[in-house]
Amino acid sequence: MKKSNQILSVQNLKISFTQYVKGLNTRRITPIKSLHVSINAGEIMAVIGASGSGKSLLAHAILGILPGNATCDGDIIYCGEPLTAEKKIQLRGKEISLIPQSVNYLDPLMRVAEQVKIGLPKKDANKRQQELFRRYGLKEKDGDLYPFQLSGGMLRRVLFATSVRDNIKLVIADEPTPGIHPEALSAILNQLRAFADDGAAVMLITHDIVSALTVCDRVTVLKDGKTIETAKADKFSADGKGLQHWYSRALWNALPQNSFSIYEEVQACL
Amino acid sequence: MVKGIQYFTRKFIRGITLLIGLSILTFVMMQCSPIDPISAYVGGDTSLTLEQRQAIEAYWGLDRPPIEQYMTWLVNLLKGDFGISKVHGQPVITIIKEKALASAALMGISWLLSGLIGFILGVIGAVQKGRLIDRMIKWIAYVQASIPTFWMGLVLLIIFSVWLRWFPIGISVPIGVASEDVTLLDRIRHLILPAITLSILGIGNVILHTREKMIDVLNSEYVIFAKARGENMWQIIKNHGLRNVALPAITLHFAYFGELFGGSVLAEQVFSYPGLGSTLTDAGLKGDLPLLMGIVLISAVFVFAGNMLADLLNAMINPRLKEGL
Repeated sequence: MKKSNQILSVQNLKISFTQYVKGLNTRRITPIKSLHVSINAGEIMAVIGASGSGKSLLAHAILGILPGNATCDGDIIYCGEPLTAEKKIQLRGKEISLIPQSVNYLDPLMRVAEQVKIGLPKKDANKRQQELFRRYGLKEKDGDLYPFQLSGGMLRRVLFATSVRDNIKLVIADEPTPGIHPEALSAILNQLRAFADDGAAVMLITHDIVSALTVCDRVTVLKDGKTIETAKADKFSADGKGLQHWYSRALWNALPQNSFSIYEEVQACL
Repeated sequence: MVKGIQYFTRKFIRGITLLIGLSILTFVMMQCSPIDPISAYVGGDTSLTLEQRQAIEAYWGLDRPPIEQYMTWLVNLLKGDFGISKVHGQPVITIIKEKALASAALMGISWLLSGLIGFILGVIGAVQKGRLIDRMIKWIAYVQASIPTFWMGLVLLIIFSVWLRWFPIGISVPIGVASEDVTLLDRIRHLILPAITLSILGIGNVILHTREKMIDVLNSEYVIFAKARGENMWQIIKNHGLRNVALPAITLHFAYFGELFGGSVLAEQVFSYPGLGSTLTDAGLKGDLPLLMGIVLISAVFVFAGNMLADLLNAMINPRLKEGL
């Protein structure tokens, strides 16, 4: 792992929210306490963890799209330089792209072809959009439809098409796979692999360890807003002895196709 | 297509029953009204003998039982005859045609102005949410919503007509000028103050609705995604904001025809503007039943048409309704 190869490095990320409780009293909650993730060019990093472990917030923090009541601490280094708020605004959609979690992220009243064209150079936006549609197996006439007229799988592909731009160096896929049937699933994962093979860094945020392992290089495990462990993908095999932290092993072994077991440490918590 | 025909049949039946119900209600209320149409007609003239009074009653058909009066009116209406106004002595339909034009100009301008200005201010408020300009816009909307139309009209009259003398005090044409010498400019000058008053009436609602809806849109997932894709605030408003806010705004503004008509009654009264509104008040106070019933029916059709247009427009421009069938 060469240092110059590193696209993104997140160190000690902390995210807090200010909330109103009972009238004008405020309190701060800190769902993200200490996150570390780093991704190299050409690599897929899977980020896994239970719901509420802070996976999506991590993605939103990198893109600078957290809600207004959030504050963000820690270091985010992008291509060797701090990723400031201004740089986020400047780079998102151009070098950093997001593949969002849900199909609700598409404008319900805009034809999907138009949505794919946003951000493409005006001159050949039409041509580029049609190419992208072909690449993702969408028909040309599908472009004239509104999101409500397309199936979930087709909308996923539209979302992918929105993320392909010329100079993308970092792709953040926020749970792109739920509710997708197996063939479409492998197509999506292969697309992510293709992004990485083209030299981009890919962050794959997911619940689904098993399918993520088929394409990813490394895995970062999150729990309660903290990074537990980062391990090579091949450590997730057999009984998971290669994993350092008990929680990672517990997560791995809790899968039905593995031992389907509950660890002693987990049992103690119950 | 069949669906469309069914839809219109249902709407048509609903409209007709509404009109019948409304005419009965108006008629009953006028019967219960303490205003005696004959005294109102002759004014303070006490020399009216009993015979003369009975002659007028017989001429107007007031000596007949109320149900017969109503039925006579209804049968004539079905033949296309709205009757003769008691006060003006002219056919009701002629009066309505003449006044409706003046009212249409007034309401049309106010409707457009309040819609446009309200929409723009609402969008600005939402985009600048919490900042000084947003608080000012909200303040305007709340103040406007609490000010009665006639009071607003009076204040404008005092400032612009009495103190500054920019605009005439009232009526739709200059006094002492023959009607063929009245220029379009004269008419416009007389229209400005009532139109402003009536526009202000609608702005508050439009601002608050637009602002609220725009705030929802700006917090939506598709706008968050638009930001993530590098769209700036102006692009977000242009690409997603207006598109998603315009639809409910248009629907709402057509449904606002009812309030608009109600407001025009007050605004016309304050400015003695000779439109349908002030004629309606006059007909009510003088017990001019045929004229009153005529205007009530026409205004009901107007409001009903507004609501129906709102539905139709929504079905025509909302892709989820248009192409989702």
